[in-house]
Amino acid sequence: MNEPKIAPQTLSEKTVKLKEGKNLELILGELSVPLFFTALCLLGIIAAGLNPRFLVNEIITRLARNSFLVLSLIIPVIAGLGLNFGIVIGAMSGQAALIIITHLEIGGLPGFFLAALISVPFSLIAGYLTGLVLNRAKGREMVTGYILGFFANGVYQLIFLVLVGTLIPMSNPKMMLSSGIGLRNTMDLIAVNKALDNALLSSLRLGPFKIPWATFLAIGLLCLFTAYFTKTKLGQQMRAVGQDMHIAAVSGINVDRIRLIAIMISTVLGAWGQLIYLQNIGTFNTYNSHEQVGMFSIAAILIGGASISKATIWNALIGVLLFHTLFVVSPLAGQRILGIPQVGEYFRSFLAYGVIAVALALHAWQTKKKAASRDKE
Amino acid sequence: MPEFSVLELKNITKSYFGNTVLKGINLSVKPGEIHAIVGENGAGKSTLMNLIFGMPVIHDTGGFEGDIIMDGQVVKINSPRQAMELGIGMVHQEFMLIPGFTVMENIKLNREPTKPNLVSKILGSNMETLDYAAMRQDSIRALEKLGLEIDENAYVSRLPVGYMQFVEIAREIDKKRARVIVFDEPTAVLAESEANHLITAMKRLAEQGISILFITHRLDEVMACSDTISILRDGELVKTLTREETSVEEIAELMVGRKVERGQLPSRSVEPDDDDIILELKDLTVEMPGERVRGLDLKVRRGEILGIGGLAGQGKVGIANGVMGLYPATGEVIKDGEALKLNDPKAALDAKMAFVSEDRRGVGLLLDESIAVNIVLTSIEAQNKFLRRTILPGVHLLDQKAVREYALKIIKDLDIRCTGPNQPVRRLSGGNQQKVCLARAFSLEPEILWVSEPTRGIDIGAKQLVLDLLVHFNREYGMTIIMTSSELNELRRICDRIALVYRGKVAGILKPDASDLDFGLMISGKQPVKEVG
Repeated sequence: MNEPKIAPQTLSEKTVKLKEGKNLELILGELSVPLFFTALCLLGIIAAGLNPRFLVNEIITRLARNSFLVLSLIIPVIAGLGLNFGIVIGAMSGQAALIIITHLEIGGLPGFFLAALISVPFSLIAGYLTGLVLNRAKGREMVTGYILGFFANGVYQLIFLVLVGTLIPMSNPKMMLSSGIGLRNTMDLIAVNKALDNALLSSLRLGPFKIPWATFLAIGLLCLFTAYFTKTKLGQQMRAVGQDMHIAAVSGINVDRIRLIAIMISTVLGAWGQLIYLQNIGTFNTYNSHEQVGMFSIAAILIGGASISKATIWNALIGVLLFHTLFVVSPLAGQRILGIPQVGEYFRSFLAYGVIAVALALHAWQTKKKAASRDKE
Repeated sequence: MPEFSVLELKNITKSYFGNTVLKGINLSVKPGEIHAIVGENGAGKSTLMNLIFGMPVIHDTGGFEGDIIMDGQVVKINSPRQAMELGIGMVHQEFMLIPGFTVMENIKLNREPTKPNLVSKILGSNMETLDYAAMRQDSIRALEKLGLEIDENAYVSRLPVGYMQFVEIAREIDKKRARVIVFDEPTAVLAESEANHLITAMKRLAEQGISILFITHRLDEVMACSDTISILRDGELVKTLTREETSVEEIAELMVGRKVERGQLPSRSVEPDDDDIILELKDLTVEMPGERVRGLDLKVRRGEILGIGGLAGQGKVGIANGVMGLYPATGEVIKDGEALKLNDPKAALDAKMAFVSEDRRGVGLLLDESIAVNIVLTSIEAQNKFLRRTILPGVHLLDQKAVREYALKIIKDLDIRCTGPNQPVRRLSGGNQQKVCLARAFSLEPEILWVSEPTRGIDIGAKQLVLDLLVHFNREYGMTIIMTSSELNELRRICDRIALVYRGKVAGILKPDASDLDFGLMISGKQPVKEVG
């Protein structure tokens, strides 16, 4: 932030005195969450005694797998909608598209792109409906979005467990339950397995590590898009709406429409993020894979230092790095220290939920401190 | 001054659901004229302005009769957007600024110049990138017109309150073809010195040919800057006068429609005495942002009304906030010979002191609670009044009946205009809200009542009632009142002595009938001709 210059005021003898800029303490305060988790990661790495090559390899995989999803959270934060638990709905749209291309047996990169294309109308419609609901729940977007995720899950199950094979004519013994109604529990994505990861320069290794170049390219493009977007007219309108809906409305901005657009963009990005995630894993659990997408992505961006009202590309990327390092390290560390294998599983869920609680609490504490220091000035 | 009008209202009549709020208003504004519109709350000023600015509330309630004429042609203004296109701007009473945006971003809010790019050619103009260089240029130009040099990259949240208003004005004049700007009580939230800056800026704008409609309560300001003054009363335009031919007294009279009295205050059986000190402040410092108190000494006599005056930012507001424990304070506060524990609001309340804050809507009231709850809240918390015991030890319940009876009595005694004790205070007018604040302080039965800016933002008629109420408390119940106010006139009207604060210390204490010269000197820290008390 620039140091504001104090210019002489021609109106009177008094000069305009601006309040002081950010001080070191405040900057450290903002970084306290990522710093805390960095320390935790380092401790975990030491305790787990991992092979560094294994660790780096894992982290590369997980960065590629998750970054897109986490980045899809940024735009709603800018528009003042908080952390969008609704990306779960986007993830379901992505999965629906994957089910379609698997049924049509279109594989490889064309299959992947076709899935991306098919997911757009699904997620646009889903995002539009989500946005309509969230516009009626101003100020309570996060919890509303969270519950909407559960509701959408019900609709998703209805479609793929009941309607497929009855109302929706489909017959595909490989994908469907033996009764002929509903899809199987697990979808095998052999056709699009690592379709994007291996699309570009798949033989080019960085030292001993295999890099999913095309996936990183997609993530890079999304970063560029997000950065560009905030500098557009629409982005500026979103920032205005995010800061103060009333003032934005008085300035002639259609607040509800802007919020709707933000949620729709996020939902589409969430769908694509889920596609990237699943093509990397190669198989998915028809009725569960999407469930924790929102929770894990939000945990990651919060660890990266984002808050309900502020999120940047760096928050997303650093968050993914830290969160997934912990994810890799902590079960192993737990096992090595306590010697019980099950502790690892426990650690995973403990971590995801604990992290959201800790991050939200830390942010609440910081907001309070910031307000207090503002009062002191 | 040219003879033609830039804006003319002809025979404007507006009613809300059969209730006529504007009756046959005729008004004309010449280019470069500052036209003041004064009137009590409810006189129809806001309705008139909403009408000129095309606010939806007018059209949602059936529109209006009469014509708005600009440049000799009848125009239809159905939305704020149309008003803006016709060159009408509005500076709102409450800041319409986004704190996390820079000055420049606020000035150009939703009117940003943009540059097309590859994406925007496909997805439309909303995806055009902002042209920051052009935004900066426009902003600097607008700020220069106001004679204001502030960094256009500074965040609005970090500007002093007084300057936020200027950013708003800059936004209005930056709008293309700004010809008439409506200022809706722009000085209501400003201190006296800041208001002076604003008036200077308005004059500058007028010199550049922009007409200004200036709505205000403060008659001194009207006299300081306006060319023409229109007085509204009960929806009618009582009179339009030029400044040369009128006086503050005449305007006040026309506005209120009843004589403004500066009558004799009732006398007391025992007059306050220098030997009977109820409260003494020694070397008091208060860390209140913008209103620091720096080592202040003051003695308060039992039973008096002590005024605390001074310019904004000199620390007068900090005194009460510090003593009452709302802002960190150091030093000594001695009440009836006993030292008061500082930085502890409960201790201050226990010492039989009550406080009516200058921040009525923020600190003073729970806006969405009822009048009754607002009146008794502090008494419940601090003095365990209005509670009844239950069978369970330690569990007390609110005595609804007692609260209601008490609230009804207070509403009657203080003449609070409302639909009943259950009405949320948010819907009350400023004057009535202030009465609720006073009622709450009163129900604590304090020996010392601190009152800060009791008449800020309320209209003239209500001001007098609030001041009368303070006098009533003082004379009837022997309450010692310490009243902080930016308006010297009202201090001089009811106080026994007036302490003037300069740079966080008492510069001196004057009698209310001291000369204007003495007040003027002391307020700016110069030694007065003579000193009393």
